[in-house]
Amino acid sequence: MLTTEKLRQENSADGVSRRALLTGGLATGFLLAFHLPLRAASYAVNEPVQPADVTAGKFAPNAFIRIDETGNTTLIMPQVEMGQGTYTSISMILAEELDADWTKVALLHAPPNDKLYGNPTFGLQVTGNSNSIRAWWKPLRTAGASARAMLVQAAAAEWQVDPASCTTSRGEVTHAASGRKLGYGALALAAQGQTPPKDVPLKDPKDFVYIGQPLKRLDTPEKVNGKAVYGIDALLPDMKFATVAACPVFGGKVAKVDDTAAQKVPGVRKIVVLDDTVAVIGDHMWAAKKGLAALKIEWDEGPNARIGSKEIWQHLRAASEKDGAVAKSVGDIAKGLATGDKFEASFEMPFLAHASMEPINATIHVKPDSCEVWTGTQIASRVQSEAAKAAGLPVEKVIVNNHLLGGGFGRKLEPDMVVAAVKIAKQVDYPVKVVWTREEDIQHDVYRPVYRDTVTATLVDGKVAAWKYKVAGSAVLARWLPPAFQKGIDIDAVDAAVDAPYDIPNFHVEYVRAEPPAVPTGFWRGVGPNNNVFAVECAMDELARKAGKDPVEFRRAMLANKPRALAVLNTAAEKANWGQPLPPRVGRGVCLQPSFETFIATVVEAEIDELGEVAVRRVVSVVDTGIAVNPDTVKAQIEGGLIFGLTAALYGEITIDKGRVQQSNFHDYRMLRIDQTPKIEVHVVKSGEPPGGIGEAGVNAGPPALRNAILAATGVALRRMPIDRSLIAMGKKA
Amino acid sequence: MATTLTINGEQKSFDAPPEMPLLWVLRDILGMTGTKFGCGIAQCGACTVHIDGKAVRSCVLPVSAVRDRAVTTIEAVGNSPAGAKVQKAWLDLEVIQCGYCQSGQIMAAAALLAATPNPDDSDIDAAMAGNICRCGTYVRIREAIKQAASGRQS
Repeated sequence: MLTTEKLRQENSADGVSRRALLTGGLATGFLLAFHLPLRAASYAVNEPVQPADVTAGKFAPNAFIRIDETGNTTLIMPQVEMGQGTYTSISMILAEELDADWTKVALLHAPPNDKLYGNPTFGLQVTGNSNSIRAWWKPLRTAGASARAMLVQAAAAEWQVDPASCTTSRGEVTHAASGRKLGYGALALAAQGQTPPKDVPLKDPKDFVYIGQPLKRLDTPEKVNGKAVYGIDALLPDMKFATVAACPVFGGKVAKVDDTAAQKVPGVRKIVVLDDTVAVIGDHMWAAKKGLAALKIEWDEGPNARIGSKEIWQHLRAASEKDGAVAKSVGDIAKGLATGDKFEASFEMPFLAHASMEPINATIHVKPDSCEVWTGTQIASRVQSEAAKAAGLPVEKVIVNNHLLGGGFGRKLEPDMVVAAVKIAKQVDYPVKVVWTREEDIQHDVYRPVYRDTVTATLVDGKVAAWKYKVAGSAVLARWLPPAFQKGIDIDAVDAAVDAPYDIPNFHVEYVRAEPPAVPTGFWRGVGPNNNVFAVECAMDELARKAGKDPVEFRRAMLANKPRALAVLNTAAEKANWGQPLPPRVGRGVCLQPSFETFIATVVEAEIDELGEVAVRRVVSVVDTGIAVNPDTVKAQIEGGLIFGLTAALYGEITIDKGRVQQSNFHDYRMLRIDQTPKIEVHVVKSGEPPGGIGEAGVNAGPPALRNAILAATGVALRRMPIDRSLIAMGKKA
Repeated sequence: MATTLTINGEQKSFDAPPEMPLLWVLRDILGMTGTKFGCGIAQCGACTVHIDGKAVRSCVLPVSAVRDRAVTTIEAVGNSPAGAKVQKAWLDLEVIQCGYCQSGQIMAAAALLAATPNPDDSDIDAAMAGNICRCGTYVRIREAIKQAASGRQS
């Protein structure tokens, strides 16, 4: 009988082996030995998907750079690629200071190792919070520069010249005075014996050759022909396939399972009953699905079976009336609120599912003394330790093979799918790929929390004189990274609230921790700033109306001390034809945001018909993210982020009834599609500031800018997401 | 029950229940993982393949319904002129982000161009609205289809 792996080899489109790619290169001339995603034609059960990080016989100056004697340069990626382009940008940063030959660059995923590859901001391997470039900018430049200096030292020693008289470019050291040159490959072994310099100088940004260029992404050629391998594509000899049903009520358990019918489904191999989940293992996903459908499962629904959206919102609204922990206070808020023209409004945001296109999955092989994991995760080291706990093994006995992620958006900052898959795989001696159906993926997510944000403000002389902003919602950080939760403040939930760019003499931000009953919450693309930017920018538009001012003019008057924010606002207004006449029922809405150390001004133009239907016509975003490592990636992230945010604004809401999620798939948890996509124009500002975050920033902008466009077109001030078409149709004015 | 299909020009024989969707035959029996699972109910288009050149959602297509029709998947779409043009335009314009939906997007776009060599915006909407991209690459997908159609270079 042919194994799956044998079949895979036979079906491999061109039968190209990993070795052939490593040595032969691709037609593009790039080595691009993307070890991990290649269709591994010859690995056996115990072999990891990607080759180990071999340092012997190579120049290996640090955890990130390996240069062999032929000059092939392998860069080890501490952050994961989930579409945001970080593999390319991180490589560009390393290659820049190393003066590497870009055509000889190959990439390798970092293995789980917090000491070597821990995100400098978090102290563990995390790809999130739009901080890959921000966190690694300096450390990776230093790693590249230090390696370059060692190569120069090796060449200078060989030539017996002053290292300062040598230069580097594209993988070569040159001594101009004598006309001598040596490639990095020829210098690799000698460089390995050099001492890394202290305080190595970094390049002046004006000398950058890669950074700032729209270089082609390194991960995309294999994504046009089916060769890219995501976690869900792992294939192993003799593997089986499983799918799961978790108790539909949060916190419920399995009471009883009758598997008589399921056992008779052809291809079903085993039924696994866990505490709160039932899994069926079969010869393929179809057998597993059919088997699962044939099971009769009784659930012990537990205490959450009576919880619904109504109770959740009552709970949150009550909590939001309480005083919160003070996250920031400038001036005298009590005094400030005592005078002037008063405004108060609360803004509500729903639960949201991540719905990455690759449903959650993990492939696991548990053996008596080891456990191997194939998945795509944003948290490799945490997956390793959680898998070890679930398998009952020491951490070092767990191998994690990370993969490209088919979208992460924060869902893959959680290890739950790996833990469940390990518990399932523990019951058998063969490898099992556990794939959640879309329905299970949507109904067993960790959800973007519900938030209720209240802004109380006063206007004096047409400007905001006092601003009290209270965020109420889940403290995801308190669960996810407990040491970061201090003094009752979730710094993520108020991130863009405390950084609001406006000059307001009495400025006060509070946070009330309110964990929703029953529903687990987690990070969702755009994280805390999603709720902050929405509340701040919606309130600013209402305040502008109250003051009788144009929304852009109103904001501009409070930005004298924030030149970057002011500049993007002015440019966006100009590019979007702000102030120029529009047809009836068409409006423009603006959003200004400081999130992830990136300043963005966005103008959405939308047409709203009398029945409340909304068509987004055009979006203009002007982005100052400091140095844009790869400007085309910055543009792409804003384009995509805007769509992600607009999707949430137009459709996104997870509702709860009887302790269960009511949505299940893309028919009732809708996504924006190409025929609803507006024209999007992104302008990236040239800047010398350190890079800001970009992967999530666009998401923040969509909902408030669209909501403000609806306000401009109709006079209806929506205060809840997603947009309520019936409120617009009824024309309830602000 | 042994079934034989013509996939990417080759005969493939395998045992599968007749109602088993082609998607799972491709992925789990034949090991052809370029075709993706997204929703299982023909709502997202990640599983799009060509059956006799037409874009079809393989997640709801019983394998027994394929019979002697030609199946083309993302692994071989580049062998057709339209498929190759689409792949090139996708890379030229750097359409792709996470890439998970892009097998389906490319299959849908290649079928569109094979049938309608110069699609306008409404043709593109009609052919591509069944394909969800969670990364939001739609602006570039539209542009890349137009580029592939015109044959112009970026």
